[in-house]
Amino acid sequence: MAGGIANASESAGIYKGRAGLLILPSWLVIGFFLLLPVGMMLIYSFLTKEFRGGVIWEFSLAAYDQFFFNRGLFGDEPPQIEWTYINIFWRSLWQAGLATLFCLIIGFPTAWFIATRVPRHRTVWLLLITIPYWVNLLIRTVSMKFLIRDTGPMNEFLIWLGAIGEPLQLVNTNIAVQLGLFYSYLPFMVLPIYASAERYNFALSEAAADLYAGRWTTLRLIILPAVKPGIIAGSILVFVPSLGAFLAPDLLGGAKTFMIGSLIEEQFKGNAGNWPFGAAASIILLSIVMTVLIFYARSQTRREAR
Amino acid sequence: MSKITDMRRFPGFLQLTLLCLLVLYAPLMVVMVYSFNDSTSITLWGGFSLRWYEDVFFGLDAPKFKQAALNSLTIAVMAATCATIIAVSAAVAMMRARHLKGRTASFALINLPLMVPEIVTAVASLIFFSAIGFATGYATILVAHIVFCIPFAYLPIAARMQSIEDTYEQAAMDLYATPAQAFRLVLLPLMMPGIFSGFLLAFIISLDDFLITNFVKGAGIETLPTAIFGSVKQGIKPNIMAISTLLLLVSVGFVTLSYLASRMGQNREKKS
Repeated sequence: MAGGIANASESAGIYKGRAGLLILPSWLVIGFFLLLPVGMMLIYSFLTKEFRGGVIWEFSLAAYDQFFFNRGLFGDEPPQIEWTYINIFWRSLWQAGLATLFCLIIGFPTAWFIATRVPRHRTVWLLLITIPYWVNLLIRTVSMKFLIRDTGPMNEFLIWLGAIGEPLQLVNTNIAVQLGLFYSYLPFMVLPIYASAERYNFALSEAAADLYAGRWTTLRLIILPAVKPGIIAGSILVFVPSLGAFLAPDLLGGAKTFMIGSLIEEQFKGNAGNWPFGAAASIILLSIVMTVLIFYARSQTRREAR
Repeated sequence: MSKITDMRRFPGFLQLTLLCLLVLYAPLMVVMVYSFNDSTSITLWGGFSLRWYEDVFFGLDAPKFKQAALNSLTIAVMAATCATIIAVSAAVAMMRARHLKGRTASFALINLPLMVPEIVTAVASLIFFSAIGFATGYATILVAHIVFCIPFAYLPIAARMQSIEDTYEQAAMDLYATPAQAFRLVLLPLMMPGIFSGFLLAFIISLDDFLITNFVKGAGIETLPTAIFGSVKQGIKPNIMAISTLLLLVSVGFVTLSYLASRMGQNREKKS
C-alpha cells in the first residue's frame, strides 16, 4: 500500500510546479462566470425590486417575505402563510419524485436486460438507449406534445384500436408534464444502473439458487443491494434536472401544472419582472438540490470507508 | 447449466425494455413521418412530400432559421473548442499531480456546472452580466456555453487519462525529451480519443441548450433552439417538424461518429 503511494507521487515530477498553472484556467472560468454569479444571485435576493426588471441597491427581505407570507393586498394585515409558492415547490418535488420512480420501474429492468446480453449485443442496445439522449431536448419535448395532443397520432391510434371512445385530453395536465419529464430523463436512469449491473458477479445468483432462493427473492435480497449505487446515481440524475425542469412543464403543461422552473423564468422573462423574488426562488431551489447532493456525497464516502 | 441462465433472466424484463425503447422513439418517429406530410394541417395526412424541407431552406422563415443555425453552429464550435482546451489542461493536472493542493475542491468546481440546476445557472448568469454592465448578446451566450461545456468535455478526457500510465512520459523523459515534448509527442496522441469524445459531447451539449441561452441572449439574436421555441409557442407547424428531423439526423450522425471513433481507439490498442 505505502509503496504504491510513493510510486504515484514520483510521477508528479514531470508536471511539478506546473499542475497549479494547468488547473488555473478552469478555476478562473468557472469561478468567475459561475461561482461569482451564484454569489451575486444570493445578494440580489436580498435587494429591492425595480418595477421593470432589475434591482434597487437597498437591503430588503421582501423577496423571501413574498415567498412565505401573505400580508394582504396593501401589506398591512397580520402575516399569514402564503401557500401559492410553497405549493408550486411541492408540486415540483412530487412530480420530480414520481418521474424518478417511473424511470426506475422501467429503467432497472431495461438496464438489467442489457447487462445480461452477450457483450457484442450490449453495445447495440446501449446505443439505442443513448441516441435519444443526444437529440435536442426541446425537439424531444415538442415531439411528445405532437404525439399526445388531443387530435394527435396517439389518440387517433387508440380510437382506431377501439381502446378509447373519446380522445384523451392530456396536454395541460399534470400527467402530460409527468410523461414529458419521464421521457426527457429516462436514459439518465438506465445508464448508471447498467454500469453497476455490468459488474455484478453472477456467481452470487448461482449461490442463491443453490440455497433454494427463487428468482424474485434473489432479485430483492442479492441483486438490488448489489446495484444500489447505480440506482442511487440514476435517481439523482433524474430527480435533480426534473426538479428545475422548464421545457416539459412549459410546453406540455398549463397554468395548473406550474413548476419551479416556470415560476423563476417568469420573474425574468415574463411580465412579472421581479428579479429579487426570482433570485430568492432560485436560491431556495439550489438549497434543496445541494442538500440532496450532500447526502449523496456522504453516503458515497461512507461506502468507500467500509 | 440451464439453471444459471435462468437466474439471469426475469420474466417481463424484455417487454419492459421494449416499452422503454417505444417511449424513447415513438415521439421522434411520429415527428419524422409527419415532416413528410403534404398538408398544411398537422393532423391530416395528405400524402408524401418534401415541401416542408423546401420551406425550411427557401421559405419565408428560411433566413431567420439559417441565421439561427449559423449562430448555433459557430457558438457550439467555439464553446466546445475552448471547453476542451481548458478540460485537457485540467485533466492533466488532476490525473498527473495526485498531491495537487485543493484537488478535491478543483474536482467539485469542474463539476459544479453539472450540479447547479440549469435554471439557476441561467438566472445567475443573467444577474451577473447585468450587474457588471455586460450587454447581453453573442458574447454572453458564448461565455455561458463555455462554462457549462467544461465538465462534459472533462469527463471523457479524464476517463481516458485514467488508463494512460505515466510510464510513457517517463520513458520519453529518459530519452531526453523536454516535458513539453513528452506532452506533445507522447501524452497528447494517447489522449486523442478522449479529447475527441469530449469535444463532441461539449459540441452537442452546446447545440442542445435552450434555457441558459434564452436568459443570456438578449434581444435580436437567436440560436436554433430559441428560434424553434419562439415558433412553437405559436403552435407546432409542419416546417418545425422538418427542422426537427434535420437536427435529429445531425445528432444521430454525431453519435455514430463518436461511437466509431471510440471503437477505432479500442482497435488500435488491441493491435499495439
